[in-house]
Amino acid sequence: MKPVFMTYTKKDLINLAICMILSVLVIPTFITTEYWYTSILIPWLCLALATIGQQIVMGYTGQLALGAAGFMAAGAFAMFNLILRVPDLGFVGSLIVSGLIAAAFGILFGLPSLKVRGIYLMVATLASQFFIIWMIDKFGWFKNYDSSGIITAQDIVILGKPFTTPLAMYFVCLAVTTVLTLLAMNMARGSTGRNWMAVRDMDIAAESMGVSLLRTKVQAFAISAFYCGVAGALFAFCYLKSLEPVAFDIKLSFKILFMCILGGLGTINGAFIGAAFILLFPVLLNAIGNNVFHGAIDATIISSIEQVIFGGLMIIFMIYEPLGMAKLWENIKQKWKTKIPLSTNLKSSLSKKT
Amino acid sequence: MVDELLFFMEVLVGGLLAGTMYSLVALGFVLIFKASATFNFSQGAMVFFSVLAFVGFMQDFNIPFVLAFILAALLMVVVGLCTERFVLRPLMNASEDTVLMATIGLGYVLEGLAQAAWGVEVRRLDLGIGDFPVPWIADNLKLFISALDITAGVVAAIMIIGLFLLFKYTKIGLGLRAVADDAGAASSIGIPLKHIMLLVWSAAGVVALVAGCMWGARAGVQFALVDLALKALPVLIIGGFSSIPGAIIGGLIIGAVEKVLEVYIGPFFGGAIEGWAPYVLAIFFLLYRPEGLFGEKIIRRV
Repeated sequence: MKPVFMTYTKKDLINLAICMILSVLVIPTFITTEYWYTSILIPWLCLALATIGQQIVMGYTGQLALGAAGFMAAGAFAMFNLILRVPDLGFVGSLIVSGLIAAAFGILFGLPSLKVRGIYLMVATLASQFFIIWMIDKFGWFKNYDSSGIITAQDIVILGKPFTTPLAMYFVCLAVTTVLTLLAMNMARGSTGRNWMAVRDMDIAAESMGVSLLRTKVQAFAISAFYCGVAGALFAFCYLKSLEPVAFDIKLSFKILFMCILGGLGTINGAFIGAAFILLFPVLLNAIGNNVFHGAIDATIISSIEQVIFGGLMIIFMIYEPLGMAKLWENIKQKWKTKIPLSTNLKSSLSKKT
Repeated sequence: MVDELLFFMEVLVGGLLAGTMYSLVALGFVLIFKASATFNFSQGAMVFFSVLAFVGFMQDFNIPFVLAFILAALLMVVVGLCTERFVLRPLMNASEDTVLMATIGLGYVLEGLAQAAWGVEVRRLDLGIGDFPVPWIADNLKLFISALDITAGVVAAIMIIGLFLLFKYTKIGLGLRAVADDAGAASSIGIPLKHIMLLVWSAAGVVALVAGCMWGARAGVQFALVDLALKALPVLIIGGFSSIPGAIIGGLIIGAVEKVLEVYIGPFFGGAIEGWAPYVLAIFFLLYRPEGLFGEKIIRRV
């Protein structure tokens, strides 16, 4: 089947224009503290991008996967080695190639999805998480035989111009995220996404209607890993500014899973909402701990409480709104427009969907 | 040659006994899966939560060993009660994947609560059983096998026999099997679904506590237990999700294979392959026998 690209509606263009004005003009004018760029905006964009990757495989194709951080690590270390060994590629070229390398891993570890689903698949994807991290850790070549374990990321240079200030890095992340988000929206709405969703809703029915399961699932895993790989490269080069396998452990995979589910399965804007929530909530909790209780509560207790709240929210959302915050937002908008009562009981729709 | 064989035997037996530790964790998963077809992702967190509470009772409140164990077991019953009431009952008719995600959330809650209540330091747990080779076996059979490993093996064996008898020969066991088969039909002929769920979750909690004690005595009571418990997942895939003997055999296979691979093949790759080897083994099983060695065949209706 030839992929069909959807045209944008007027509403989309207005939304895009608002987002672009906000992110390109408003944010750089009003936010001047470096902290916001280095600790919130840049990681937000990177993790949102990784969450889109998770969305593609989990929200759109309905395959439970838990290895996003592994693919991110593959992307980040591929980027490091490409810049080190093939400097001719340039930053953008390296970014694309490292995404492709991550995609290759995605295809390899996505193959079990043809046979199994649900928790079984989750275990298979855990293998990718542990294997990739181990591989990077044990073979010195990937780390250029650096013995300290933490490698400093190279400076970002695009077309001979260095991008080293937080604002410049923010723009790099913004540009990549924007392009890839638009692409993801397009894929999700076009025939590619229709196939993904057909497989998610009922794979046997989809197959009998002529959707190739092999092609669709492998494609979803590859694209998902590509997004995670690019996100991982940006995460390492713009946010961490260093490369260490530990930064991409299973905890990060769980974090991205939470962003994906709490944000709203099967939505692109949910990825941004979820990432913002998971990133900002700890900041808020710490601020409360410091300002309201004046540091009387230990930082480790605060992080434990944060974990309890995330877990609790996950349960609450699964019970009352399995489609996450994006759906909540949608409901509020709907109520605003039509003044009809909120419909929150979506249980029946989810039992069909996932 | 004899020495090499002896060394291999030692690695193998050590692996098998370490495997029973995985089996103990996997047992908790199987219990819940058998009775409710729910995959409880929070089992690892339950292991951590229960043993941390146990050690906390002993060290912070100076409660004697036996009493602390009983208190921790009771605590796990309360956890089971709350889980049934606040997580499972509202999700009665939700899809499997939704319940799975909710149990991931539950795991986070338990981990967070445990750390908020008892702190994040590594705690030592002394069961009075040393983690050193038993002298008698070392002298007579020339095998160096830890006393703790043997204890874990014996405890696992007792629990398996107990659970097996419970499932096979008691009325409760019959009820459990009925609920697992078809929850709706079981409740319509008067099997109290609530009580069955509570029972199963409490039993899984106590199994988690025992597993936690074994792990805690070896590696210290710490957050890493949650990651160790993740290894019960490949065990389940190999043994089959709904089989108690499967959990044991799966654990033994994983334990033995990972140790043998680590000792004989690991050095060529810089070691630490036991971190991922079980998962890769599980993938091969998934490709050829997705239902595991003893599991029921997976049938999906359109």
